Amino acid sequence: MGLDDWSSCAEPRVLRARAAMLARIRAFFSEREVLEVETPLLSQAGATDPALASLCCHEACGGSAPDGRATLYLQTSPEFPMKRLLAGGVGSIYQICKVFRAGERGRLHHPEFTMLEWYRPGWTYQALMNELAELVRVVLERPALPVASMGYRDLFTDHLGVDPWTSTVADLRARAAELGIADAERLDLDHDAWLDLLLSVGLEPRLGCDTMTFVIDYPPSQAALARVQTRGEIAVAERFELYLDGIELANGFQELTDAAEQQARFIRDRERRQRRGLAAIPPDQRLLAALSAGLPAASGVAVGLDRLLMIGLGAQRIDEVLAFPIERA
Amino acid sequence: MAYYSTNEFKGGLKIMLDGDPYTIVENEFVKPGKGQAFNRVRVRNLKTGRVVEKTFKSGDTVEAADVHDTDMQYLYNDGEEWHFMDPTSFEQMTADANAVGDAAKWIKEEDICKVTLWNNVPLTIEAPNFVILAITETDPGLKGDTSGGGGKPATLETGAVVRVPLFVQTGELIKVDTRTGEYVSRAKET
Repeated sequence: MGLDDWSSCAEPRVLRARAAMLARIRAFFSEREVLEVETPLLSQAGATDPALASLCCHEACGGSAPDGRATLYLQTSPEFPMKRLLAGGVGSIYQICKVFRAGERGRLHHPEFTMLEWYRPGWTYQALMNELAELVRVVLERPALPVASMGYRDLFTDHLGVDPWTSTVADLRARAAELGIADAERLDLDHDAWLDLLLSVGLEPRLGCDTMTFVIDYPPSQAALARVQTRGEIAVAERFELYLDGIELANGFQELTDAAEQQARFIRDRERRQRRGLAAIPPDQRLLAALSAGLPAASGVAVGLDRLLMIGLGAQRIDEVLAFPIERA
Repeated sequence: MAYYSTNEFKGGLKIMLDGDPYTIVENEFVKPGKGQAFNRVRVRNLKTGRVVEKTFKSGDTVEAADVHDTDMQYLYNDGEEWHFMDPTSFEQMTADANAVGDAAKWIKEEDICKVTLWNNVPLTIEAPNFVILAITETDPGLKGDTSGGGGKPATLETGAVVRVPLFVQTGELIKVDTRTGEYVSRAKET
Protein backbone atom coordinates (compact mmCIF):
# COMPACT_ATOMS: atom_id res chain seq x y z
CA MET A 1 0.00 0.00 0.00
CA GLY A 2 1.47 3.32 -1.08
CA LEU A 3 1.30 6.52 0.89
CA ASP A 4 -0.84 8.25 -1.71
CA ASP A 5 -4.10 7.43 0.07
CA TRP A 6 -3.57 9.48 3.22
CA SER A 7 -6.00 12.21 2.21
CA SER A 8 -9.77 12.21 2.52
CA CYS A 9 -11.87 11.38 -0.53
CA ALA A 10 -14.74 13.47 0.85
CA GLU A 11 -15.24 16.88 -0.67
CA PRO A 12 -15.16 19.81 1.82
CA ARG A 13 -18.90 20.36 1.21
CA VAL A 14 -19.52 16.81 2.50
CA LEU A 15 -17.70 17.49 5.75
CA ARG A 16 -19.63 20.75 6.17
CA ALA A 17 -22.96 19.05 5.38
CA ARG A 18 -22.26 16.38 8.01
CA ALA A 19 -21.48 19.00 10.64
CA ALA A 20 -24.64 20.91 9.71
CA MET A 21 -26.73 17.72 9.94
CA LEU A 22 -25.41 16.94 13.43
CA ALA A 23 -26.05 20.54 14.56
CA ARG A 24 -29.63 20.44 13.26
CA ILE A 25 -30.32 17.12 14.99
CA ARG A 26 -29.00 18.43 18.31
CA ALA A 27 -31.05 21.62 17.97
CA PHE A 28 -34.15 19.54 17.10
CA PHE A 29 -33.88 17.44 20.26
CA SER A 30 -32.79 20.32 22.46
CA GLU A 31 -36.00 22.17 21.51
CA ARG A 32 -38.02 19.09 22.42
CA GLU A 33 -36.16 18.56 25.68
CA VAL A 34 -34.86 15.14 24.72
CA LEU A 35 -31.64 14.45 26.62
CA GLU A 36 -28.47 13.57 24.74
CA VAL A 37 -26.68 10.58 26.31
CA GLU A 38 -23.54 8.55 25.73
CA THR A 39 -23.31 4.83 26.46
CA PRO A 40 -20.31 2.50 26.01
CA LEU A 41 -19.32 1.37 22.53
CA LEU A 42 -17.75 -1.73 24.07
CA SER A 43 -19.82 -4.20 26.02
CA GLN A 44 -19.42 -7.58 27.69
CA ALA A 45 -22.64 -8.65 25.94
CA GLY A 46 -23.22 -8.65 22.21
CA ALA A 47 -26.02 -8.60 19.67
CA THR A 48 -27.58 -12.06 19.55
CA ASP A 49 -29.58 -11.38 16.36
CA PRO A 50 -28.28 -13.92 13.81
CA ALA A 51 -28.51 -11.25 11.08
CA LEU A 52 -25.90 -9.14 12.87
CA ALA A 53 -22.20 -9.98 13.19
CA SER A 54 -20.31 -8.21 15.98
CA LEU A 55 -16.71 -7.09 15.91
CA CYS A 56 -14.82 -8.22 19.01
CA CYS A 57 -11.99 -6.76 21.03
CA HIS A 58 -9.83 -8.65 23.48
CA GLU A 59 -9.04 -6.73 26.62
CA ALA A 60 -5.84 -7.78 28.36
CA CYS A 61 -6.98 -7.50 31.95
CA GLY A 62 -9.99 -7.89 34.16
CA GLY A 63 -11.60 -10.63 32.15
CA SER A 64 -13.18 -13.81 33.41
CA ALA A 65 -11.60 -16.11 30.79
CA PRO A 66 -8.95 -18.59 32.08
CA ASP A 67 -6.16 -16.45 30.62
CA GLY A 68 -7.56 -13.37 32.32
CA ARG A 69 -8.64 -11.84 29.03
CA ALA A 70 -12.12 -10.58 28.34
CA THR A 71 -13.93 -10.55 25.01
CA LEU A 72 -15.66 -7.24 24.51
CA TYR A 73 -18.15 -6.57 21.74
CA LEU A 74 -18.33 -3.37 19.74
CA GLN A 75 -21.98 -2.42 19.71
CA THR A 76 -24.17 -3.06 16.66
CA SER A 77 -26.58 -0.49 18.14
CA PRO A 78 -26.84 1.33 21.50
CA GLU A 79 -30.26 -0.20 22.14
CA PHE A 80 -29.57 -2.24 25.28
CA PRO A 81 -27.74 0.35 27.40
CA MET A 82 -30.25 3.02 26.34
CA LYS A 83 -33.11 0.78 27.47
CA ARG A 84 -31.33 0.30 30.80
CA LEU A 85 -31.30 4.09 31.15
CA LEU A 86 -35.03 4.17 30.32
CA ALA A 87 -35.73 1.52 32.96
CA GLY A 88 -33.92 3.79 35.42
CA GLY A 89 -36.46 6.53 34.66
CA VAL A 90 -34.34 8.94 32.64
CA GLY A 91 -37.18 10.03 30.33
CA SER A 92 -36.78 10.79 26.61
CA ILE A 93 -33.19 10.29 25.41
CA TYR A 94 -31.20 10.31 22.18
CA GLN A 95 -27.72 9.33 21.19
CA ILE A 96 -25.49 9.89 18.16
CA CYS A 97 -22.78 7.24 18.06
CA LYS A 98 -20.73 4.88 15.96
CA VAL A 99 -21.99 1.32 15.54
CA PHE A 100 -20.12 -1.63 14.04
CA ARG A 101 -21.25 -4.56 11.91
CA ALA A 102 -18.78 -7.13 10.68
CA GLY A 103 -18.94 -8.20 7.06
CA GLU A 104 -21.22 -5.41 5.86
CA ARG A 105 -19.64 -3.64 2.91
CA GLY A 106 -21.35 -2.34 -0.19
CA ARG A 107 -22.90 0.67 -1.89
CA LEU A 108 -25.06 1.38 1.18
CA HIS A 109 -23.07 -0.54 3.80
CA HIS A 110 -19.91 0.21 5.75
CA PRO A 111 -18.69 -1.84 8.73
CA GLU A 112 -18.59 1.29 10.91
CA PHE A 113 -21.36 3.86 10.60
CA THR A 114 -23.04 6.67 12.48
CA MET A 115 -26.38 5.99 14.11
CA LEU A 116 -28.92 8.31 15.68
CA GLU A 117 -31.11 6.44 18.12
CA TRP A 118 -33.83 7.86 20.33
CA TYR A 119 -36.54 6.71 22.72
CA ARG A 120 -39.85 8.22 23.74
CA PRO A 121 -41.34 6.72 26.91
CA GLY A 122 -45.13 6.66 26.78
CA TRP A 123 -45.25 7.23 23.02
CA THR A 124 -46.85 4.94 20.44
CA TYR A 125 -44.78 3.97 17.43
CA GLN A 126 -47.20 5.98 15.25
CA ALA A 127 -46.37 9.13 17.22
CA LEU A 128 -42.66 8.36 16.91
CA MET A 129 -43.02 7.94 13.11
CA ASN A 130 -44.46 11.46 12.95
CA GLU A 131 -41.53 12.85 14.92
CA LEU A 132 -39.04 10.99 12.71
CA ALA A 133 -40.69 12.43 9.59
CA GLU A 134 -40.40 15.91 11.11
CA LEU A 135 -36.70 15.34 11.90
CA VAL A 136 -35.97 14.20 8.34
CA ARG A 137 -37.72 17.28 6.93
CA VAL A 138 -35.61 19.51 9.19
CA VAL A 139 -32.31 17.77 8.40
CA LEU A 140 -32.93 17.70 4.64
CA GLU A 141 -34.42 21.23 4.70
CA ARG A 142 -37.42 19.91 2.78
CA PRO A 143 -40.39 21.09 4.92
CA ALA A 144 -42.97 19.82 2.41
CA LEU A 145 -41.53 16.32 1.95
CA PRO A 146 -44.64 14.08 1.97
CA VAL A 147 -45.16 10.92 4.03
CA ALA A 148 -46.81 7.64 3.10
CA SER A 149 -47.32 4.50 5.11
CA MET A 150 -48.12 0.92 4.16
CA GLY A 151 -48.28 -2.42 5.90
CA TYR A 152 -45.56 -4.99 5.19
CA ARG A 153 -48.34 -7.39 4.28
CA ASP A 154 -50.00 -4.99 1.80
CA LEU A 155 -46.62 -4.13 0.30
CA PHE A 156 -46.06 -7.77 -0.63
CA THR A 157 -49.62 -8.59 -1.67
CA ASP A 158 -50.10 -5.41 -3.74
CA HIS A 159 -46.74 -5.38 -5.50
CA LEU A 160 -45.69 -9.03 -5.61
CA GLY A 161 -48.95 -10.91 -5.18
CA VAL A 162 -47.67 -13.04 -2.28
CA ASP A 163 -48.83 -12.90 1.32
CA PRO A 164 -45.90 -13.04 3.77
CA TRP A 165 -48.14 -14.57 6.44
CA THR A 166 -49.62 -17.44 4.43
CA SER A 167 -47.21 -18.10 1.55
CA THR A 168 -44.94 -21.13 1.54
CA VAL A 169 -41.24 -21.21 0.77
CA ALA A 170 -42.17 -22.71 -2.63
CA ASP A 171 -44.52 -19.76 -3.36
CA LEU A 172 -41.79 -17.24 -2.54
CA ARG A 173 -39.16 -19.13 -4.57
CA ALA A 174 -41.49 -19.22 -7.57
CA ARG A 175 -42.17 -15.48 -7.29
CA ALA A 176 -38.43 -14.76 -7.08
CA ALA A 177 -37.87 -16.86 -10.19
CA GLU A 178 -40.63 -14.96 -12.03
CA LEU A 179 -38.95 -11.68 -11.08
CA GLY A 180 -35.78 -12.95 -12.74
CA ILE A 181 -33.75 -13.08 -9.52
CA ALA A 182 -30.65 -15.11 -10.40
CA ASP A 183 -30.35 -18.56 -8.79
CA ALA A 184 -33.90 -18.50 -7.37
CA GLU A 185 -34.16 -22.21 -8.29
CA ARG A 186 -30.89 -23.10 -6.55
CA LEU A 187 -30.86 -20.99 -3.37
CA ASP A 188 -31.56 -22.76 -0.10
CA LEU A 189 -33.31 -20.13 2.02
CA ASP A 190 -35.76 -20.18 4.89
CA HIS A 191 -39.08 -18.32 4.72
CA ASP A 192 -37.75 -15.07 6.20
CA ALA A 193 -34.66 -15.06 3.99
CA TRP A 194 -36.91 -15.39 0.91
CA LEU A 195 -38.92 -12.40 2.14
CA ASP A 196 -35.66 -10.49 2.67
CA LEU A 197 -34.50 -11.30 -0.86
CA LEU A 198 -37.82 -10.28 -2.42
CA LEU A 199 -37.82 -7.08 -0.35
CA SER A 200 -34.20 -6.16 -1.14
CA VAL A 201 -34.33 -6.90 -4.85
CA GLY A 202 -37.98 -6.65 -5.83
CA LEU A 203 -39.36 -3.87 -3.65
CA GLU A 204 -36.78 -1.65 -1.93
CA PRO A 205 -35.33 0.05 -5.01
CA ARG A 206 -38.70 1.67 -5.78
CA LEU A 207 -39.76 2.46 -2.21
CA GLY A 208 -39.97 6.08 -1.14
CA CYS A 209 -39.54 7.92 -4.42
CA ASP A 210 -39.61 11.58 -3.27
CA THR A 211 -41.85 10.45 -0.40
CA MET A 212 -40.90 9.26 3.05
CA THR A 213 -42.44 5.80 3.01
CA PHE A 214 -43.02 3.89 6.23
CA VAL A 215 -43.38 0.13 6.01
CA ILE A 216 -45.13 -1.03 9.19
CA ASP A 217 -46.22 -4.15 11.04
CA TYR A 218 -43.81 -6.95 10.23
CA PRO A 219 -44.22 -10.73 10.46
CA PRO A 220 -43.63 -11.86 14.08
CA SER A 221 -40.62 -13.88 12.90
CA GLN A 222 -39.01 -10.51 12.01
CA ALA A 223 -40.00 -8.75 15.22
CA ALA A 224 -36.41 -8.31 16.45
CA LEU A 225 -37.11 -6.25 19.60
CA ALA A 226 -40.63 -5.08 18.76
CA ARG A 227 -43.80 -5.89 20.68
CA VAL A 228 -46.04 -8.46 18.94
CA GLN A 229 -49.81 -7.80 18.88
CA THR A 230 -52.73 -9.71 17.39
CA ARG A 231 -54.59 -7.87 14.64
CA GLY A 232 -57.67 -9.76 13.48
CA GLU A 233 -56.56 -13.22 12.45
CA ILE A 234 -52.82 -12.51 12.34
CA ALA A 235 -50.08 -11.52 14.75
CA VAL A 236 -47.90 -8.56 13.75
CA ALA A 237 -44.70 -7.12 15.13
CA GLU A 238 -45.12 -3.41 15.82
CA ARG A 239 -42.06 -2.45 13.89
CA PHE A 240 -41.48 0.14 11.17
CA GLU A 241 -38.86 0.94 8.59
CA LEU A 242 -38.49 4.27 6.81
CA TYR A 243 -37.52 4.36 3.14
CA LEU A 244 -36.63 7.39 1.05
CA ASP A 245 -35.47 7.24 -2.56
CA GLY A 246 -35.03 3.46 -2.39
CA ILE A 247 -32.80 3.67 0.69
CA GLU A 248 -33.65 2.15 4.06
CA LEU A 249 -33.10 4.98 6.51
CA ALA A 250 -34.53 3.94 9.87
CA ASN A 251 -35.88 1.06 11.89
CA GLY A 252 -38.18 1.52 14.88
CA PHE A 253 -40.21 -0.45 17.36
CA GLN A 254 -43.01 -0.31 19.81
CA GLU A 255 -40.48 -1.64 22.26
CA LEU A 256 -40.75 -5.06 23.79
CA THR A 257 -40.92 -4.50 27.57
CA ASP A 258 -41.66 -8.06 28.74
CA ALA A 259 -38.56 -9.63 30.32
CA ALA A 260 -39.76 -13.22 29.86
CA GLU A 261 -40.49 -12.65 26.16
CA GLN A 262 -37.11 -10.92 25.73
CA GLN A 263 -35.42 -13.94 27.29
CA ALA A 264 -37.35 -16.27 24.97
CA ARG A 265 -36.11 -14.25 21.97
CA PHE A 266 -32.51 -14.45 23.22
CA ILE A 267 -32.90 -18.23 23.42
CA ARG A 268 -34.45 -18.39 19.95
CA ASP A 269 -31.59 -16.26 18.58
CA ARG A 270 -29.06 -18.62 20.18
CA GLU A 271 -30.73 -21.63 18.54
CA ARG A 272 -30.78 -19.89 15.16
CA ARG A 273 -27.12 -18.97 15.49
CA GLN A 274 -26.29 -22.58 16.38
CA ARG A 275 -28.19 -23.92 13.35
CA ARG A 276 -26.31 -21.55 11.05
CA GLY A 277 -22.94 -22.36 12.59
CA LEU A 278 -22.48 -18.81 13.92
CA ALA A 279 -20.48 -17.95 17.03
CA ALA A 280 -22.40 -17.95 20.31
CA ILE A 281 -22.88 -14.43 21.69
CA PRO A 282 -23.50 -13.79 25.39
CA PRO A 283 -26.92 -12.10 25.75
CA ASP A 284 -27.21 -8.97 27.86
CA GLN A 285 -28.30 -10.22 31.28
CA ARG A 286 -28.37 -6.65 32.57
CA LEU A 287 -30.97 -5.80 29.94
CA LEU A 288 -33.13 -8.68 31.20
CA ALA A 289 -32.67 -7.41 34.77
CA ALA A 290 -33.67 -3.90 33.65
CA LEU A 291 -36.79 -5.24 31.91
CA SER A 292 -37.67 -7.17 35.07
CA ALA A 293 -37.23 -4.01 37.12
CA GLY A 294 -39.65 -2.34 34.71
CA LEU A 295 -39.13 -0.68 31.36
CA PRO A 296 -41.82 1.94 30.73
CA ALA A 297 -43.91 1.51 27.58
CA ALA A 298 -41.81 3.23 24.93
CA SER A 299 -41.08 3.62 21.26
CA GLY A 300 -37.61 3.85 19.85
CA VAL A 301 -35.98 4.30 16.47
CA ALA A 302 -32.51 4.10 14.94
CA VAL A 303 -31.55 6.21 11.91
CA GLY A 304 -28.54 5.65 9.67
CA LEU A 305 -27.09 9.15 9.49
CA ASP A 306 -24.59 8.42 6.71
CA ARG A 307 -27.47 7.37 4.47
CA LEU A 308 -29.50 10.42 5.45
CA LEU A 309 -26.51 12.54 4.47
CA MET A 310 -26.27 10.63 1.17
CA ILE A 311 -29.84 11.58 0.36
CA GLY A 312 -29.24 15.20 1.33
CA LEU A 313 -26.24 15.40 -0.99
CA GLY A 314 -27.55 13.16 -3.77
CA ALA A 315 -24.65 10.74 -3.22
CA GLN A 316 -24.83 7.29 -4.81
CA ARG A 317 -22.38 5.50 -2.52
CA ILE A 318 -21.90 5.66 1.25
CA ASP A 319 -18.16 6.13 0.63
CA GLU A 320 -18.89 9.57 -0.81
CA VAL A 321 -20.05 10.87 2.59
CA LEU A 322 -17.27 9.35 4.75
CA ALA A 323 -14.03 11.18 5.52
CA PHE A 324 -12.17 7.87 5.30
CA PRO A 325 -13.78 4.62 4.10
CA ILE A 326 -12.50 1.47 5.82
CA GLU A 327 -9.97 0.80 3.05
CA ARG A 328 -8.28 4.11 3.99
CA ALA A 329 -8.96 3.91 7.71
CA MET B 1 -8.58 -26.51 -2.23
CA ALA B 2 -8.92 -22.77 -1.65
CA TYR B 3 -12.25 -21.09 -0.98
CA TYR B 4 -13.44 -17.51 -0.93
CA SER B 5 -16.14 -16.16 1.35
CA THR B 6 -18.61 -13.71 -0.20
CA ASN B 7 -16.96 -11.13 2.10
CA GLU B 8 -13.91 -11.36 -0.14
CA PHE B 9 -15.84 -10.84 -3.38
CA LYS B 10 -14.62 -8.00 -5.59
CA GLY B 11 -14.14 -7.31 -9.26
CA GLY B 12 -11.50 -9.56 -10.84
CA LEU B 13 -11.71 -12.39 -8.27
CA LYS B 14 -11.58 -15.81 -9.98
CA ILE B 15 -14.07 -18.41 -8.75
CA MET B 16 -15.39 -21.83 -9.79
CA LEU B 17 -19.11 -22.20 -10.59
CA ASP B 18 -20.67 -25.40 -11.95
CA GLY B 19 -17.22 -26.68 -12.91
CA ASP B 20 -16.20 -23.63 -14.97
CA PRO B 21 -13.82 -20.82 -14.05
CA TYR B 22 -15.38 -17.36 -13.76
CA THR B 23 -14.17 -13.86 -13.00
CA ILE B 24 -16.28 -11.47 -10.92
CA VAL B 25 -17.29 -8.43 -12.96
CA GLU B 26 -19.43 -6.66 -10.37
CA ASN B 27 -20.37 -7.39 -6.75
CA GLU B 28 -23.38 -5.82 -5.03
CA PHE B 29 -24.09 -6.33 -1.33
CA VAL B 30 -27.75 -6.01 -0.29
CA LYS B 31 -29.20 -6.46 3.17
CA PRO B 32 -32.33 -5.34 4.91
CA GLY B 33 -31.31 -3.89 8.30
CA LYS B 34 -32.64 -6.81 10.32
CA GLY B 35 -32.45 -9.58 7.77
CA GLN B 36 -30.47 -11.89 5.53
CA ALA B 37 -27.67 -10.34 3.49
CA PHE B 38 -27.03 -11.30 -0.14
CA ASN B 39 -24.30 -10.77 -2.68
CA ARG B 40 -25.65 -10.21 -6.16
CA VAL B 41 -22.81 -10.63 -8.59
CA ARG B 42 -22.21 -10.50 -12.32
CA VAL B 43 -19.63 -13.05 -13.39
CA ARG B 44 -17.93 -13.78 -16.71
CA ASN B 45 -17.33 -17.37 -17.77
CA LEU B 46 -13.64 -17.46 -18.67
CA LYS B 47 -14.19 -20.26 -21.18
CA THR B 48 -17.09 -18.79 -23.12
CA GLY B 49 -16.89 -15.08 -22.25
CA ARG B 50 -20.59 -15.08 -21.32
CA VAL B 51 -21.65 -12.81 -18.46
CA VAL B 52 -24.35 -14.11 -16.10
CA GLU B 53 -25.88 -13.01 -12.81
CA LYS B 54 -25.61 -15.01 -9.59
CA THR B 55 -27.10 -14.59 -6.13
CA PHE B 56 -25.28 -15.78 -3.00
CA LYS B 57 -26.29 -15.76 0.62
CA SER B 58 -23.67 -13.58 2.28
CA GLY B 59 -21.21 -15.67 4.23
CA ASP B 60 -21.40 -18.58 1.76
CA THR B 61 -18.14 -19.78 0.31
CA VAL B 62 -17.19 -20.69 -3.24
CA GLU B 63 -14.22 -22.59 -4.56
CA ALA B 64 -11.40 -20.40 -5.82
CA ALA B 65 -10.41 -20.90 -9.46
CA ASP B 66 -6.70 -21.47 -10.01
CA VAL B 67 -6.49 -18.93 -12.81
CA HIS B 68 -3.63 -16.58 -13.53
CA ASP B 69 -2.10 -14.70 -16.43
CA THR B 70 1.44 -15.12 -17.68
CA ASP B 71 3.43 -13.91 -20.69
CA MET B 72 4.55 -16.70 -23.01
CA GLN B 73 6.29 -16.83 -26.36
CA TYR B 74 4.46 -18.41 -29.28
CA LEU B 75 6.69 -21.03 -30.91
CA TYR B 76 4.81 -22.82 -33.69
CA ASN B 77 1.61 -24.54 -34.74
CA ASP B 78 1.88 -28.27 -35.47
CA GLY B 79 -1.34 -28.33 -37.45
CA GLU B 80 -3.50 -29.13 -34.45
CA GLU B 81 -2.12 -27.29 -31.50
CA TRP B 82 -0.27 -24.08 -30.76
CA HIS B 83 2.98 -24.39 -28.81
CA PHE B 84 4.07 -21.73 -26.30
CA MET B 85 7.14 -21.32 -24.11
CA ASP B 86 7.66 -19.57 -20.80
CA PRO B 87 10.57 -17.22 -21.66
CA THR B 88 12.12 -17.50 -18.19
CA SER B 89 11.71 -21.19 -17.31
CA PHE B 90 11.68 -22.40 -20.97
CA GLU B 91 8.78 -24.66 -19.97
CA GLN B 92 6.58 -25.42 -22.98
CA MET B 93 2.81 -25.71 -23.17
CA THR B 94 0.29 -26.42 -25.86
CA ALA B 95 -3.04 -24.71 -26.44
CA ASP B 96 -5.92 -25.98 -28.54
CA ALA B 97 -7.94 -23.99 -31.08
CA ASN B 98 -10.59 -23.30 -28.47
CA ALA B 99 -8.09 -21.59 -26.18
CA VAL B 100 -6.30 -19.72 -28.94
CA GLY B 101 -9.56 -18.47 -30.45
CA ASP B 102 -9.23 -15.22 -32.42
CA ALA B 103 -5.59 -14.81 -31.45
CA ALA B 104 -4.80 -17.44 -34.13
CA LYS B 105 -5.48 -14.79 -36.77
CA TRP B 106 -2.78 -12.49 -35.47
CA ILE B 107 0.10 -14.32 -33.85
CA LYS B 108 3.27 -15.48 -35.52
CA GLU B 109 6.36 -17.23 -34.24
CA GLU B 110 8.22 -15.46 -31.39
CA ASP B 111 5.32 -13.14 -30.50
CA ILE B 112 4.83 -12.68 -26.75
CA CYS B 113 1.20 -13.42 -25.81
CA LYS B 114 -0.77 -13.12 -22.58
CA VAL B 115 -1.72 -16.69 -21.66
CA THR B 116 -4.41 -17.24 -19.06
CA LEU B 117 -3.73 -20.51 -17.26
CA TRP B 118 -6.41 -22.53 -15.49
CA ASN B 119 -4.94 -25.32 -13.35
CA ASN B 120 -1.75 -24.66 -15.31
CA VAL B 121 -3.40 -25.37 -18.66
CA PRO B 122 -3.85 -22.55 -21.19
CA LEU B 123 -7.45 -21.38 -21.04
CA THR B 124 -7.28 -18.34 -23.30
CA ILE B 125 -4.58 -16.71 -25.42
CA GLU B 126 -4.51 -12.99 -26.01
CA ALA B 127 -2.55 -11.67 -28.97
CA PRO B 128 -0.35 -8.59 -28.41
CA ASN B 129 -2.46 -5.41 -28.81
CA PHE B 130 -0.44 -4.47 -31.89
CA VAL B 131 1.21 -6.84 -34.35
CA ILE B 132 3.33 -6.21 -37.43
CA LEU B 133 2.53 -8.54 -40.31
CA ALA B 134 3.43 -8.82 -44.01
CA ILE B 135 0.79 -8.52 -46.72
CA THR B 136 0.80 -11.66 -48.85
CA GLU B 137 -1.90 -10.56 -51.23
CA THR B 138 -3.82 -7.41 -52.08
CA ASP B 139 -5.08 -5.74 -55.28
CA PRO B 140 -2.54 -3.30 -56.77
CA GLY B 141 -4.95 -0.40 -56.28
CA LEU B 142 -4.89 2.92 -58.04
CA LYS B 143 -1.57 4.58 -58.79
CA GLY B 144 -1.05 7.94 -57.17
CA ASP B 145 -3.69 7.45 -54.48
CA THR B 146 -2.10 8.35 -51.17
CA SER B 147 -5.17 9.54 -49.32
CA GLY B 148 -6.12 6.17 -47.96
CA GLY B 149 -9.81 6.83 -48.58
CA GLY B 150 -11.90 3.82 -49.49
CA GLY B 151 -9.48 1.03 -48.84
CA LYS B 152 -9.28 -2.57 -49.99
CA PRO B 153 -8.94 -5.99 -48.41
CA ALA B 154 -5.45 -7.38 -47.82
CA THR B 155 -4.52 -10.92 -46.81
CA LEU B 156 -1.74 -11.13 -44.20
CA GLU B 157 0.91 -13.79 -43.66
CA THR B 158 -1.15 -15.30 -40.81
CA GLY B 159 -4.19 -15.62 -43.07
CA ALA B 160 -6.10 -12.72 -41.48
CA VAL B 161 -7.83 -10.27 -43.84
CA VAL B 162 -7.88 -6.57 -42.95
CA ARG B 163 -8.91 -3.43 -44.81
CA VAL B 164 -5.92 -1.35 -45.83
CA PRO B 165 -5.56 1.97 -47.72
CA LEU B 166 -5.23 1.70 -51.48
CA PHE B 167 -1.54 2.74 -51.48
CA VAL B 168 -0.43 -0.25 -49.40
CA GLN B 169 1.00 -3.04 -51.56
CA THR B 170 1.72 -6.77 -51.43
CA GLY B 171 4.96 -7.56 -49.58
CA GLU B 172 4.75 -4.50 -47.31
CA LEU B 173 4.62 -4.71 -43.51
CA ILE B 174 1.68 -3.17 -41.67
CA LYS B 175 0.78 -2.55 -38.03
CA VAL B 176 -2.64 -3.90 -36.95
CA ASP B 177 -4.63 -3.35 -33.75
CA THR B 178 -5.69 -6.90 -32.82
CA ARG B 179 -8.46 -5.69 -30.49
CA THR B 180 -10.35 -4.06 -33.37
CA GLY B 181 -8.79 -5.91 -36.31
CA GLU B 182 -8.01 -2.55 -37.92
CA TYR B 183 -5.02 -1.32 -39.91
CA VAL B 184 -2.99 1.27 -37.99
CA SER B 185 -0.05 2.17 -40.26
CA ARG B 186 2.67 0.92 -42.53
CA ALA B 187 5.58 -0.51 -40.56
CA LYS B 188 9.26 -1.25 -40.84
CA GLU B 189 10.81 -4.59 -39.93
CA THR B 190 11.21 -4.77 -36.12
